[in-house]
Amino acid sequence: MLKKNAETIVSIKDVHKSFGQLEVLKGVSLDVKKGEVICVIGPSGSGKSTLIRCINGLNDIQGGQINVCGIDLTDPKLDKLELRKRVGMVFQQYNLFPHKTALENIIMAPTLVLKQDKAASEKRAFELMQKVRLEGKEHAYPGELSGGQQQRVAIARSLAMNPDVMLFDEVTAALDPETVKEVLVTIKDLAQEGMTCILVTHEMGFAREVADHIYFTDNGVIVEHGSPKTFFNKAKDPRTKEFLSQIL
Amino acid sequence: MYEPVQQGKILSGIWMTIKLSFFCLILSVVIGIVGAFAQGSKIRILRSFVQGYIQFFRNTPPYVQLLFFYFALGQFTPTYSPDGWLELPIISNVGWAIISLSFFAGAFNVEIFRAGIEAVADSTKEAAESLGFSRFQTFRYVIFPLAIRVCLPSLNNNLINLVKTTTQAFGIAVPELLYQSVTIWNDYPSAQYPTMLLVFVVYILLVGVLVLSMNTWEKNLRIPGYGQ
Repeated sequence: MLKKNAETIVSIKDVHKSFGQLEVLKGVSLDVKKGEVICVIGPSGSGKSTLIRCINGLNDIQGGQINVCGIDLTDPKLDKLELRKRVGMVFQQYNLFPHKTALENIIMAPTLVLKQDKAASEKRAFELMQKVRLEGKEHAYPGELSGGQQQRVAIARSLAMNPDVMLFDEVTAALDPETVKEVLVTIKDLAQEGMTCILVTHEMGFAREVADHIYFTDNGVIVEHGSPKTFFNKAKDPRTKEFLSQIL
Repeated sequence: MYEPVQQGKILSGIWMTIKLSFFCLILSVVIGIVGAFAQGSKIRILRSFVQGYIQFFRNTPPYVQLLFFYFALGQFTPTYSPDGWLELPIISNVGWAIISLSFFAGAFNVEIFRAGIEAVADSTKEAAESLGFSRFQTFRYVIFPLAIRVCLPSLNNNLINLVKTTTQAFGIAVPELLYQSVTIWNDYPSAQYPTMLLVFVVYILLVGVLVLSMNTWEKNLRIPGYGQ
């Protein structure tokens, strides 16, 4: 499934990020090609969430370079709006707007940010709800949906902006094992349609099945990376081996 | 109450109290919202200005504020002359009462709205941000609608206090209900007790209407499956 010769859509070079005294990213580099699915795994506090939050500018970086769809994130005149149109993000805690129905959640950004026509946005929202297999729940409020359903609405909400890259920040970590599957199926569908996805995840089975490339981070650096096959079977670094032996 | 003069005074007093309360309510809520939005601004001077405003109006008695606005600031307001003889300030005592009481209650409202705004999860704001919302859009469509639900009970409290504080406009001769009632019992000592009783009843009813409408509003804002 690896897309050879595809253009690089996200390029991260020697990125450093600190929160005060604490250096969270100590020189991380990775490239993502269009249509690729990347999984970032690693123990808690290794900087993986911080890394993907840097990709859509939620965290700014202190050193290195990030380029997303030709947009240089270190540019002081960075147009964050342009960046956010290209990059969709889904969070661990879904973060839907609780006072809006599922449908309203999806159409808000297209109508407010992209200034799209409301009827067209709604039509697209209905299609997206179908895509994430939630038809019939359009008028439910987030509080009336299960965690897995909320997360799928959140995915649909991001997709409504027609992003080039989707970021998933531990999107199944807050779900119970049964609902994890329905969310993963949705992401897998997306990946198969050719959406570029960067996932931070603890779902090893999923990473092995869907990812084109796996990165293992520990203590702010990428310790090891490779295709799922080599990564899971022929890990070289002792830290990776230890991590894998604990979770597999 | 049986005399037309007294009845007229009471009715015009009630009307003035309602007008005062209405304008102060609206203005103080607007001040509260704008102030709370400005508190989240990146501009430091703006933030300190709001902070200074809150400290000044919260830490001084509303009655002193009224007197200060009317007598001190009133000195410097331009005047106009309707007939060539009279010199009238462009802001009347009623105007000053509205301004001063609105600023007073507004200072509390800023803090009330701030509490509501802070109760909105950072992660929800981040979701709006990563969808490309501007700071204003995030405030207008996400933070504010959620914050108002959190702060309605305390806003309710402050607005009730505001309605009752309008009686202090008495101090700068605004002909509201208390002022009119006092003139009645000064002129007709026998009317003192019934008038006092009437004043109580009117305030109970006025505040009752406010509380009822705020409660109805609170109910209408309730979101299915959220915060219950």
